[in-house]
Amino acid sequence: MIRGVIIMNDQGKPRLVKFYEFQPVEKQQELIRSIYKILCSRADNVSNFVKVDSLFGPDVRLVYKTFATLYFVFIFDNSENELAMLDLMQVFVETLDKCFSNVCELDIVFNFNKVHTILDEIILGGQVLETSSSEVMKAVDEISKLERSGNSIIPSIPGWQGR
Amino acid sequence: MMDSFFQRSLEDIIKGLRLCPPGTEPTFIAKSLDDIRREIKSSDRSTKATALQKLTYLHSIHGVDMSWAAFHSVELASSSTHSHKRIAFLSASLSFNPSSTDVILLLTHQLRKDLSSSNAHDVSLALSTLSSICNPDLCRDLTPELFTLLGSSKFFVRKKAIAVVLRVFEEYPDAVRVCFKRIVENLETSDMGILSAVVELLCELTVKEPRSYLPLAPEFYKILVDSRNNWVLIKVLKIFAKLIPLEPRLGKRVVEPICEHLRRMGAKSLAFECVRMIVTSLSEHESALRLAVGTVREFLLDDDPNLKYLGLQALAIVAQKHMWAVLENKELVVKALSDVDPNIKLEALRLVMSTVSADNVMDICTILISHALKSDPEFCNEILGCIFLTCSRNFYEVIFDFEWYVSFLGEMARIPYCQKGTEIETQLVDIGMRVKDARLELVSVARDLVIDPALLGNPFVHGVLAAAAWISGEYVNLSRNPFELMEALLQPRTSLLTPSVRSVYIQSAFKVLMFCIYSYVKLDGDDTSYPSGLTESVSERDLGRSFATVGSESLSDSELDNENVVITGGQPPSFSSRKQHLTEESIMGLINLAETNLGPLSGSDEVEIQDRASNVLGFIKLVKPKLHGCLDQSRGDIMKDELKAPEMIKLIYDLFSEELGPVSLNAQERVPLPDGLALKENLGDLEAICGDVEFSLPMSFSLVKPQMAAQDSAHVLECPSKEVCEPSSESTSLLAEHRKRHGLYYLPPEDKEVVDKDYQPTREPKGKAIDATEDLVKLTEPFFVKKKSNRVKPRPVVVKLDDVEEANVLVEKHEFKPDLLSGAVQEVLLGNEATASSSRKSSNKSNNDITNTAESSQASFVGSGRRKHHTHGKGRTNRTSGKEKEERSHKDEHKRDSRDHKHKSRQRAEGTLNVDVQSSVIPDFLL
Repeated sequence: MIRGVIIMNDQGKPRLVKFYEFQPVEKQQELIRSIYKILCSRADNVSNFVKVDSLFGPDVRLVYKTFATLYFVFIFDNSENELAMLDLMQVFVETLDKCFSNVCELDIVFNFNKVHTILDEIILGGQVLETSSSEVMKAVDEISKLERSGNSIIPSIPGWQGR
Repeated sequence: MMDSFFQRSLEDIIKGLRLCPPGTEPTFIAKSLDDIRREIKSSDRSTKATALQKLTYLHSIHGVDMSWAAFHSVELASSSTHSHKRIAFLSASLSFNPSSTDVILLLTHQLRKDLSSSNAHDVSLALSTLSSICNPDLCRDLTPELFTLLGSSKFFVRKKAIAVVLRVFEEYPDAVRVCFKRIVENLETSDMGILSAVVELLCELTVKEPRSYLPLAPEFYKILVDSRNNWVLIKVLKIFAKLIPLEPRLGKRVVEPICEHLRRMGAKSLAFECVRMIVTSLSEHESALRLAVGTVREFLLDDDPNLKYLGLQALAIVAQKHMWAVLENKELVVKALSDVDPNIKLEALRLVMSTVSADNVMDICTILISHALKSDPEFCNEILGCIFLTCSRNFYEVIFDFEWYVSFLGEMARIPYCQKGTEIETQLVDIGMRVKDARLELVSVARDLVIDPALLGNPFVHGVLAAAAWISGEYVNLSRNPFELMEALLQPRTSLLTPSVRSVYIQSAFKVLMFCIYSYVKLDGDDTSYPSGLTESVSERDLGRSFATVGSESLSDSELDNENVVITGGQPPSFSSRKQHLTEESIMGLINLAETNLGPLSGSDEVEIQDRASNVLGFIKLVKPKLHGCLDQSRGDIMKDELKAPEMIKLIYDLFSEELGPVSLNAQERVPLPDGLALKENLGDLEAICGDVEFSLPMSFSLVKPQMAAQDSAHVLECPSKEVCEPSSESTSLLAEHRKRHGLYYLPPEDKEVVDKDYQPTREPKGKAIDATEDLVKLTEPFFVKKKSNRVKPRPVVVKLDDVEEANVLVEKHEFKPDLLSGAVQEVLLGNEATASSSRKSSNKSNNDITNTAESSQASFVGSGRRKHHTHGKGRTNRTSGKEKEERSHKDEHKRDSRDHKHKSRQRAEGTLNVDVQSSVIPDFLL
């Protein structure tokens, strides 16, 4: 099972925090700080897995990947395959990239809800739902359409483009 | 409207936060929160939605508390606008605590409505919210809707429903009875998304409690053979990894398909999962293991550090049973030791240590140490820790050449940033006590350490120095030059040591001094050989010997004999040097050295140091005048009184000559309780008595050992008297008594023999020792890298205490606790057995074999299941009502009643029809 997904930037600022088991918000912030401490001490071109028994209990692992200024972090237990998690992260990033055409940190900062929507289409309750980014895109587009149609007063926040 | 017109959007907040000068962020957030608190109460849905959206953002990213806004989320969730609903449900899933947010139950109706909605995205939103916030009540109330969705024709919805089921089962196990059959049916689907979701769900369930899912093995096998989807295959492999330990016959079935997948070499993730599967569960299949190890090698050769890391991990699993796999890849593993990645380095180190055997331990340690010296301090200490741990494993199992290991330990202590002083300290002392043959080398290593003034300045090695000092004192009889030891132990720089270490130094100096004086007096006595003195001393020695034999501990005549050998020419060089040293002047010099150095310490403010220094000084005061007498005696001036000087010295020397051995961890437990000592009695009621008669308490204690107490007091009284010899002989007898007690108490009768044997020198029980080594050789043979034939020396005996070993071995008990969930699953699976297996028979004819195996295993289940059905016809109802009793505590009466009703009607249906049939179970439930 996937325990959590975190996106944070290279200064340790969280951009997306999603835990699939309830964590009090103070605990979340503490975990993010500890994870950042581990990640920023690691050199480039080293393996992407970190053992985080001390933070999450036995058998829990963390896989991370750096994309430009962002760390993408997946936390999962031993019923997931490590390399498959890396693939899934790739799917997530690909989808973000398609959605925001050339995704950058600011897109994720300004599209809080949409990033959550995308993630919810990929992972539900800690289980992998969809591994094809085009399928995810299809669903997300439909949802955006739905949001726009039923809402004339508040326009749904468009993809942040005017960088 | 005006509100919403001037309201700041989430984007404004984010921009504002980004423009905030550093440090003013909290103020900005506080101000925004004030706005949000106002806006969120608005009757206008859009205003409310935006406020909630901002709040959710601040909560999730900036850690702002939003538990106060839970009700607003619930309110907004009922909006008909999808975007509002989405904001509301997102805030709920990010902030609600399933166990403590009480407004969750207010969402039940809304969720039910959305789950039955015709809009797939409404349904999917409700499902993902449900998975985040579900608690038992919510699950119970929404199970019927979930059941319907499990059969939904929209695959998009159905797979999400399947994913949610895991949470629902965890919270509300009774849902299994309703939903599980449909989930199993979904295994037959052709849609990859749904199949993947089902397999994933079953994988999670299997990990928790594998046994219940054995009956599904044929289905899993079919997927394993037919599917080409990596995600599905990985999960199926994970499931089989859990099932095979329970049903070993499955292993033979699946090994071929798994090898097929591995040979196909598709995705690395699948390949790795196959490897992991083979090395953990199928390692007895030789060809499969070969294949897996081959793949691991490819991983190790790959440039991707992730593959390298995982490859090493897989190799570590193989290494437990098949060392050859590591040896084949030895050069790659050693290369990984110098990788840039700390993960890979550590993994490689662990792997290298797992290959250590008696024959390669020296080579490996040498390689590792040369590597450690080149790497950073952190990894260096990691290496040292690993080496010490491995070498000391199971009473130094892998060490044959203790001389090498002891000097190795000594060298390690000198590595500047070595932080493993504690380990070295413990092991030096431990080897001293356990391995008699290593003591000579140990003493020379200890000498080198103690004598080096540079080491005293490094606080990290103080522990090691304490051990070295202790060894120098305890085994001083093996030392080549006690005089230089004495100088080293008393050197002025010892003031740099911590008090606890320094007191060890002083005590060791005491032992060395004692030894020198004793050797001198004895040598002297032997040379002059005065008949009277000799006979007396011999008789005295016999007495001591008899005490020793009664005590059956090793005061060891052999020890004394060894002593003679050493002194009188066993080792010519040391003998001559010592003889040269043992002159009156040198002894007096030694005594004066001790006096001048320890004199000031008798006024030390550290009690331990003061105490020990006073001991030595007191001894010197006692001995010094007598020594003169002794010297007179050697000149031929025989006076009977002065004969007592050597006697006294000998007696005190004997005090120290008893060998210290390892003490078993649970020695205390083996001390039999003396009669009349009630340790476990509750002393609570004693208080009443003691309160009245306080003085009776000490009396009752003194009753336990009246003689001892009397003797003790006599001893204390007589001590100051001039008759020095008398009380000391008495103390010797006390000591002997004490030893006797040690012999009886510290070790159990059956152990005593073993210990006695172990304490004998190795040369005597030669046959036995060789046998033991041969056994060891046989045991370790398969792991040898290269066989060394030139092992002439048998391995020294390492003293072990049986019970320590027992205590160290943790017996892991596998406990099978059937929980509610697995119970329900078994019930459903077994209940459905007839339909399921019949459909399988028709569909899986090609897989007859596997079906048979599985069915035989299933049959046993079914058998027990049926028995349960027949004999416990009423037992079931009882069990369920018991379960309800548990739940009663947190359920309101009304709901329970209606649920009771549902339950009973369903059970009736199940009871009568037993197997089958959806149509009869579901309508009942949906009432």
